Amino acid sequence: MSSPAVEVQNLRKVYGSGHTEVIAVRDASLSIARGEVVGMLGPSGSGKSTILTAMALINPPTSGRVSINGTPVLDGPKALVDLRAFRRQHLGFVFQKANLIPFLTALENVQIALEVNDTAPREAKRRAMELLDYLGVGERANNLPVALSGGEQQRVAVARALANEPSLLLADEPTAALDSQRGRQVMELFAKVSHERNAGVLVVTHDHRTLDVFDRILEVEDGSIAERVLTRPQTTP
Amino acid sequence: MNLAVRDIRHNAGRFVFTTVGIGLLLMMVMGMGGIYRGLIHEATLLVDRVGADLWVVQGSTRGPFAEISRISASLEDRVRAVPGVARARRFVSHTIQRMHRGRPLRMVVQGLSWPDDSGGWIPLVAGRALRQAHYEMIADVSLRLPLGERITLGKDAYQVVGHTQGMVGSSGDGLAFFTVSDALAIQFDVPGEAVRLERAARRARLENIETGRLQPLLLDRAAGPSSSIPAFSKPQVSAVLVTLQPGADAAAVRRTLGTWPDITVYSTQEQKDLLLSGMVDKAKRQLGLFRVLLIIISTIIIALIIYTLTLDKIRDIALLKLIGARNRVIGGLILQQSLLMGAFGYALAWWIGQFAFPRFPRLVVIETADLISLGFIVLVISTLASMLGIWKAMRVEPNTVLSA
Repeated sequence: MSSPAVEVQNLRKVYGSGHTEVIAVRDASLSIARGEVVGMLGPSGSGKSTILTAMALINPPTSGRVSINGTPVLDGPKALVDLRAFRRQHLGFVFQKANLIPFLTALENVQIALEVNDTAPREAKRRAMELLDYLGVGERANNLPVALSGGEQQRVAVARALANEPSLLLADEPTAALDSQRGRQVMELFAKVSHERNAGVLVVTHDHRTLDVFDRILEVEDGSIAERVLTRPQTTP
Repeated sequence: MNLAVRDIRHNAGRFVFTTVGIGLLLMMVMGMGGIYRGLIHEATLLVDRVGADLWVVQGSTRGPFAEISRISASLEDRVRAVPGVARARRFVSHTIQRMHRGRPLRMVVQGLSWPDDSGGWIPLVAGRALRQAHYEMIADVSLRLPLGERITLGKDAYQVVGHTQGMVGSSGDGLAFFTVSDALAIQFDVPGEAVRLERAARRARLENIETGRLQPLLLDRAAGPSSSIPAFSKPQVSAVLVTLQPGADAAAVRRTLGTWPDITVYSTQEQKDLLLSGMVDKAKRQLGLFRVLLIIISTIIIALIIYTLTLDKIRDIALLKLIGARNRVIGGLILQQSLLMGAFGYALAWWIGQFAFPRFPRLVVIETADLISLGFIVLVISTLASMLGIWKAMRVEPNTVLSA
């Protein structure tokens, strides 16, 4: 049996100290398998983003352990590996805004993710083009982000996140800036890449209209995680 | 993929304008170095070209380029008699400013020891050397006196018969060559009324002593021209230039001349050193200080621009960190932009200088060694200037992308 894409044990995050101490996450644990799409819901300030950024290795927890693809990477605030190199090789990110680099074309935005991971420029360009074609924005490869629609930008961002074939894809409200139709397309895209490319996907979202694309849903409230049983609508034969 | 070039391409307008500004600053730095070289060139031009081995000047003075030097014109004959001396020439040099055709005309009047020296050593670009003892002159083209032009200096008119180019004095004024006697006439020209008053004063002084009262003929001589009075010394010159015989022992000639208490002897190199350690040295320090200030200003400007450019793309840098870009990729982006700004600015400075420097009123000499050293300085300041931006970039946390 393969290792889970990510495993979080007893994650705790405390901001401030003394009278100003705020517990953002309380002993949260979760596991996401490769090929699984998991949604994370919860009101603002519930700790969703804190959990996500801890898993993204950019906001170390106060305590708890994070293992990615079977490798322990964080033990509390202590890094057990070179976090930047680990992010480069194992993680992909998509945000509410596409966050594309404005001075690079769509193709170059994907290519740069490959090049920073030591892929030769020619090969990086070929693979970046493949990804853009796969996500349906190949014909916009040579456009700067400013010339792309919100949906197209988000697809390019997904392509960039997938460039190094990560074992874990983390998305923070990726459809918030999109209309419902484009939002759904992006969510379906996550399900597609998760299943086809065997990546674990965690999506933080407020969008209840697209919950049916998730394999599991986690609810976060006051820094604690609870799992919600998913009731998929029955399709009539 | 070169991120620096792509970012510059995206912000081309700002980069171009900034680079033009840096280029103009660097052109000033380059130009000031060139002005200093030009000062040295102009200051030493005459000393180099005149071809003397030794300079004989007034005793205990440092020669005509450092202070007033007056020696008897007859010293030329005394020097010529010293063993080892092939040639001795009188040297007269002084600067005058007159009005000519409604504009002020400054020139360095240079006396040639006619007929021994007709100016054959002077590099002419047009016309000829002097052919007569009086009323001819060779002028540098910077004086804007055409060939054949007659110019009145003192009581006489002089015709321009030859042109030089780039022959200027240490102050940048064009040289004009005359015979020594004409140069002295120009230097010591006094109005007729002053001559008459001086003659009357001489006569009055003689009338007050017994010799004058007993010998009326003396009174008549005293009231005549100064040149007809044997008791009066000949006009004085600034220096005597000595050319040694081939194979002559220069040290021996210097030893001989050194025993004469009324003069001081300098080699050509010593004369140049005196020239450079005086006026040119101060100019050098002045220009050097300006260059240092301009380089500091350029560094600060590049640093601020690079810092601003870095702030503008701080989220992109955070994103690069988030996707795992190494520090050298991010540092390289900033350093390369700084270096490109410096390099383009330098190239622009050189290019603009090609058109601007020849139009400067003083000679600007850009030497290859100076260009290389300035290029190295630009490399260093561009690197230093990028440090502030790199420092900022290194402090950015990857989660800045999420909080933005």
